[in-house]
Order: sequence, then C-alpha cells, then structure tokens
Amino acid sequence: MLRVEHLTVKFPSRFGDVTAVEDMSLSIAPGEIHGLVGESGAGKSTVGAAIIGLLQQPGYIANGDLMLGDTDLRALDRFEAHALRGKRISMIFQDPQTSLNPLMKIEDQLVETILAHEDIPSNDAKKRAIDLLEEMGIEDAASRMQAYPHQFSGGMRQRVVIALALCTNPELIIADEPTTALDVAVQSQVLDLIRRLADIRKVGFILITHDIGVIAQIADTVTVMRYGKLIESGATAQVLGHPKHAYTKQLMDAVPPLDRKITRFRVPEEDDGLAASGPGKGDAAEAWLLEGVRQQAVGLSLQNITVEFPGTRTSIWHKPKPFVALDDISFDVQPGSVMGIVGESGSGKSTLAKTLTGLITPSSGGMTLGGSPLPGGKTRSRHHPSRQLIQMVFQDPFSSLNSRHRIGTILAEPLWLYGLVNDSDERRDLCIDMLSLVGMDPDAIDKYPHQFSGGQRQRIAVARALLARPTILICDEPTSALDVSIQAQLLNLLKDLQAAFGLTVLFISHNLSVVRQMADDIVVLRNGRIQEKGASEQVFETPEADYTKKLLSLTPVMPHDWSL
Amino acid sequence: MAYFIAKRLVQSVFVMLAVAFLAFSLFRFVGDPITQMTGVETSVADQERLREELGLNDSFALQFARFTGDMLKGDFGFSYRTRQPVAEMIATRIPATLELGVVALLISLFVGIPAGVYTALRPRGFATQAILMATLVGVSIPTFVIGIMLIFFFGVQLGWLPTFGRGGTVKLGGWETSFLTVDGWRALILPAFTLGVYQLTLTMRLVRAEMMEVMRSDYIRFATARGVPMRRLYFRHALANTMVPVITIIGLQFGGVIAFSIVTESVFQWPGMGLLFLESIRFVDIPVMGVYLVVIAFFFVVVNLIVDLLYVAIDPRLRIRDVS
Repeated sequence: MLRVEHLTVKFPSRFGDVTAVEDMSLSIAPGEIHGLVGESGAGKSTVGAAIIGLLQQPGYIANGDLMLGDTDLRALDRFEAHALRGKRISMIFQDPQTSLNPLMKIEDQLVETILAHEDIPSNDAKKRAIDLLEEMGIEDAASRMQAYPHQFSGGMRQRVVIALALCTNPELIIADEPTTALDVAVQSQVLDLIRRLADIRKVGFILITHDIGVIAQIADTVTVMRYGKLIESGATAQVLGHPKHAYTKQLMDAVPPLDRKITRFRVPEEDDGLAASGPGKGDAAEAWLLEGVRQQAVGLSLQNITVEFPGTRTSIWHKPKPFVALDDISFDVQPGSVMGIVGESGSGKSTLAKTLTGLITPSSGGMTLGGSPLPGGKTRSRHHPSRQLIQMVFQDPFSSLNSRHRIGTILAEPLWLYGLVNDSDERRDLCIDMLSLVGMDPDAIDKYPHQFSGGQRQRIAVARALLARPTILICDEPTSALDVSIQAQLLNLLKDLQAAFGLTVLFISHNLSVVRQMADDIVVLRNGRIQEKGASEQVFETPEADYTKKLLSLTPVMPHDWSL
Repeated sequence: MAYFIAKRLVQSVFVMLAVAFLAFSLFRFVGDPITQMTGVETSVADQERLREELGLNDSFALQFARFTGDMLKGDFGFSYRTRQPVAEMIATRIPATLELGVVALLISLFVGIPAGVYTALRPRGFATQAILMATLVGVSIPTFVIGIMLIFFFGVQLGWLPTFGRGGTVKLGGWETSFLTVDGWRALILPAFTLGVYQLTLTMRLVRAEMMEVMRSDYIRFATARGVPMRRLYFRHALANTMVPVITIIGLQFGGVIAFSIVTESVFQWPGMGLLFLESIRFVDIPVMGVYLVVIAFFFVVVNLIVDLLYVAIDPRLRIRDVS
C-alpha cells in the first residue's frame, strides 16, 4: 500500500545541507503495523513527516520515491497534498494534552474534519462522529462530544485524537510516539485499540517510538534507525528475536528488563564525546565527597504524611473541598539504600518529593531525617541543614538548568551557598573534577546548558546535586526524558555513585522496569495512597496488591522466546 | 462564574477607592484650596469663614468620607477656573473623547489583526517586510509629529480633510455625536488615525508573534495533518487561540488611549477630556484634575472587567463548571 524507496531528506543550513534521513526504504501493507524504532535524532519523525508532507521548514526531500497505492506523493502540488491529508493519510501525535484545539468542542473538531473531506449533510457527519467515539470506547459519546478537550483525561483524549485521525477512513495512520505520554494502563488500552483497528479496519500504521517493548508487543514488522539511516528491518520476531546488526543488539541490551534485576547495563558505543571516567579522573571530587559522607549515611522516615491542596473556590459561602494529594503516607528509608517510588501520573509521587524537599507543607504527619525531626514546607527555615543534605535531580534536564548560566556557575552554586568551599579557584577545580566523575569533559565548565544533549545535562544535574554533599538524593523520573542507551548510562552512573558514597536514594519513576534495576525497597502509590510496600525483589516476584499485579501485567515486555 | 464576577467587582471597588483617595489628596494637599479660590483682597476672617463652611477644618477621615460620598452622588464640585460644576464640564467632553478612542481602537483592530495574521503566515514575504518596516517607523515617530504631518499633508496641501475641531455634531439626548454627519466623520478621521497608529502597530506585532507561536503548536500540526481546510485552520483554530493574550493588551491599551489622548486632542484641538485636562493643568484647576483622574480610573476598571469576561467567553478552560 505505502512504498518508500531510497528516501533522503535534507535540511539546508549555513554550512551546507544536513542530511536528516538517508536512503530509507520501507513498505506497509493494509492492516500492518510497522514499527519505526530508534533513539532521538535518528530521523524517525522526519520519515513520518516526509510521508505526510509536513516536513518542518526548510527541510526538503532530496531523493527517493513515496508511493501511496498508485499515487506518487512527491508529484502532488500543495493543494492536492493538503486534500490527501486526513483523507488517505492521517497522523497521531505524542501528547494528547496538546494535540487538540483547547477552544473547540470535540464535536466541532470531528465534524469539521469529516466535512472537510466528504460532501455529506452535517447530521450524518455528527452521527458518524458519535459512532466512532463509541467504537473508541468513549461511553455516552453523544453528550461527551459537547465537552471541551480539557474535560477529558489523558487516555480519553488520546482516544479522541485517534477518532479524529480515523474519522475520514484513511488508509494509513502515522502514529508518532502515541503512548509515550500515557500511563501503562492507558498505554495498553490504546495499543489494543490500534491493534484492533489494524486488524478490523485494515488501516496501515507506522508506529514511531523509542520504546522497544511497545514494538515487541504490537508491531508486525519493524525498522531500526540510527543517525537517519536504516540499520535493520524485517518481521518483528526476526529483528528483535535474532538481531543481525550489532546496534540492534545493543539497543535491546540497554532496555531494562522487568522480570529480573541486572547489576549493570551494557551500553551502546557512543560517539557523542562522553569522557570515560577512567582512573585518575574525578579522584579529587571523589575524595572530597567521601570526606563529606564519612559522617555516615542517614535514613529517612515518614509518619502519616497527608498533603492537601485547596480546591477551586466556586462560591463565597461554601468552602471548597480540598484535593488530597497524599493520604496518610508512612514508610522508612534505610540508610544507604535505594527506595523506589512507583505510581502512575497523579499518584502523588512528585508531591512526595516536594514534601521531602520542603517545597510543600504537609497538612498533617511528621518526617524525620536520621532521627531528628524534619519540619515541612514553610516551617523549615532557609538555613535548616536538611536543605543541604537532601538534594534533588529533576525529570526534565532542559528546564532544570538555568540556560543563562555557564555550567561552572551552576555547579559552583551549592559550594558557596552552603559554605562548603570558599575559594573560587578551589571551587572551579572541584567542579571540573566532579564533571569527570560523572563522565563529562572538563571543558564543559565554560559552556552553556543548551550546548549539551539531554543525557549530558542530566549528568550535570547529578553533579550539581552531589556538589552539595548530600546524604539523601531524590531522583524524580531522572531518565524518563532520555533514550534507552542514555538511560542505561545514567542508571549505571547513579548505581556507581550510590555504591561509592553510600547515598540514600529516593528513586521516583513510573517505569517499573527501571525501578526494579535500581531499588532495594519499593513503595507503590496510587491516588495518594500506598498500595504496597516492601523489599523490591519480593514485590516484583510475588506482588500482593491487585494494583501492583495489574501494573506488572500491563507493562510491555520483550518475550524471551520469539516464535518465528 | 458568579463568584468570579463578584470577586472582580469587589477588587474594582478597592481600586476606585484608592484612586479617589489620590484625587482627594491632590485636591486637599496640593496648595491650599482657599487661597486658590479666593483673591488677594479677601480678608483673613472671610477666608476662615469659607474654610469652616467648606468643612476644611474637619478631620481627615471625615473629609475623605464626604468627598467620596459626594462623588457617589454625582456631585463633583466646582471648577476654580470657570466656576461651572465639574460634572457638567466632564459630561460635555466625554462623548468627544470616547468617540475618538473607539474609532481609534476600531481602526487599530480592523487593520492590526488582519495585518498581524498576514505577516505571521507569510513571514518571509516582501509585503510582510514592508509592513514591518513601515510600522516600525510608525511607532518611532512621536504621536504629535504624525498628527502634524497628517494635518500638513491631508489638511493643508491637499485640503481634503478639516484640521481641527469636531466638525458637524448632532445632539442625541445629552450625547453630542459626530457619527451622524459627513462633516463629523471627516473631522474624525485624522485624529483617530493619529491616536490609533501606535496601538495598531502594537496589536499587529502582538498578533503576529502569538500567531506564529500558535501555528507551531501540536494542535495546529494535527489539524493540518487531518486536512482541515487552510482558511478554517487559520481563522477558526489559530486566530481564536491567538486572541487570549492579545485581548489583555488591547484592553489595557484602550484604557491608555482614552487616558493619553491628550496629545492628539491638543494637536487637533479636539474638544475632549484630554484638552480639558490640559487646560486645567495650565490654570491649576485642581477639582477638574481630580475628577479627571477618577473618571479615567473608572474607564480602566470597566475595560479590565470586560477583558476578564471576554477571557471566560473565549476560553472554556476558565469556565468553572467542569464535567469531569
């Protein structure tokens, strides 16, 4: 149905054309789900954009054939191409929160799309929209259709998005990371839906994703890409079960397994200039840190912590009902251990991190840090020692570093703020050494954050946290914005640092496989309540709570044996 | 919703009180009102009697309460200069300024928004560059220079349009309008354009920036990917999303246009509040200045209230009754 041959996409720049995709070929039959997998910058999305004709300016197709049935996609003029979009090829985007127009009702968006391509009475279009939404699993579609996008949850919104992509009966849908922003439970529902649509409606899908687990679960065929080039392609079982190319193997090795704990990840060879933390490098920083933690590791304990947020006030007389973000949370973190906090979005994971760092005041309950009470929120003074002892690594490495400061300034801040090193030359030397310790080149010190990739920035964020000489490190989804190979590197780094300095780590993630690799103990959160807590291996092997079981069963995993 | 409006109204009351306080302090403390009102030949005893009659010896709080109370009753006091009631003076001037401001606003909207959309959609076109250049020149030149140039060109050289005053006006009840005669409209064009040109540029640039931002958003890309007709994409999807921040600025600017039409009114001898204010300053006519302050603040408050309500009308996310 779709045939792409020798596709080359280039982006002109001041230094000549940059080739984003080179000599890419793939073909898709009706009802086939074709996985397009690769790390960020591999050119996956560019391939999708080239097919639908929505390449970002000023990119252009330099070479190759794009055939949809008998239509030559490259021969179409601007208007023909636009008429074909939606009619024959449609697209699903990553984030359902942003892919719907917030100011228009669902009904209007569906009906306008149908009417754009078909000359039918608007009542018929409306009827079809209702049927379609019900097919997508939205109950009471006729009345829900009157709602605006913000009145739907993330999963429901992605269903609406799929309905929109499908409402004109296209032959091909390009799904660009359709489940990346969703929780596992919702992800599995959406993947089921995509599989069903391919089987029943015979829609062809290009499933662009960085998650090999997702590919393994639903794709019929798969293409692995790297640096804009095709690495390997074929039936899913063939490619993932018996990878021929070394890169495919490395990519699969970097995926954390859900069913066992491995000590270290094998990391794909990198050519992005990371300095290996060999002997002699980072020694001074290591010694400095060890000197700090020699005062012994401390544990953390929470007793009946409850956090409430005020609700939206709608009346002068009625007090709004508070929203309970954390409900009666108690657990202990052993000194020098890694505590994994797992839960879906909205479960209160990040609220917990903010409560511990003193950014949120709990409405009741208490915390202790190494035996001494830890005041919460505004009652914790600016100079409370815990402000130094508890450090945090945030999820998004792009917004957690001040883009107007040099790396040196960012790293030196904890040193003078906490009065650890008062001489500025000494600070600089220590920062340089610390960069080596986290596997970065020393010349990074004079650069700005935008000059680094996501993985490198996250290393810098870790370095900044360590320079405060913390005893407790809170990592809030530290790898969820990163590729698997970078994630593997960062997890290795965190493991090494944790082991070397006896840090107590709170590792927050929605990704069960990652948590399994990191955590000694684990707490499963849902809607602000603890569902289960215990030793990590025990919870993963013999989960007790139904919710934990459900989460484990829904997480996409790679089968051990591929039946060919 | 009702709670939201109630909250805004209460806030507005406090703003008005604060401004009233400023106006009162101006009246009470900038110079001694008695010496301003009386001549050199008035005896000290008479001055003292006047002071007592006007209640200027009462406590500060009482005086302020009386001042506010009088304001609420519509009693704005008397002008030092003309000995007329200030309320009457302002009332005869308000229509001129409001009409000028509204026409300036409409010009800036009807030219600025389409121009903004056009320049956003064709960011590299020749016309876009020309428009951007021209408007940059437009804002760089002070308003009075633009006004004088327009007078020189259209009024003096070509002789097409009158250069001062309101031309033909018609009385509708207490409202003197220029909208109903050809002469009135002819007299309105030049000052309205002069007053609107700055806001026009601002609106255009803001619409352009916002529109370019919105055109890059996921939902526009998604709407393009499913083949929504381009016209609908631009004007239904993109423009509505552009308007939310634009409305704030337009609202604030409209208050500004009314308040700072002083220069334009002076250049074109437009008999509005701005000109009145200028004359009052020249003669240190403090009661008029105080009332002017209060009236302008009132405009700002009303315009901002309207802007808030427009937000809610445009953006369903701000409406509180949620389904889920």
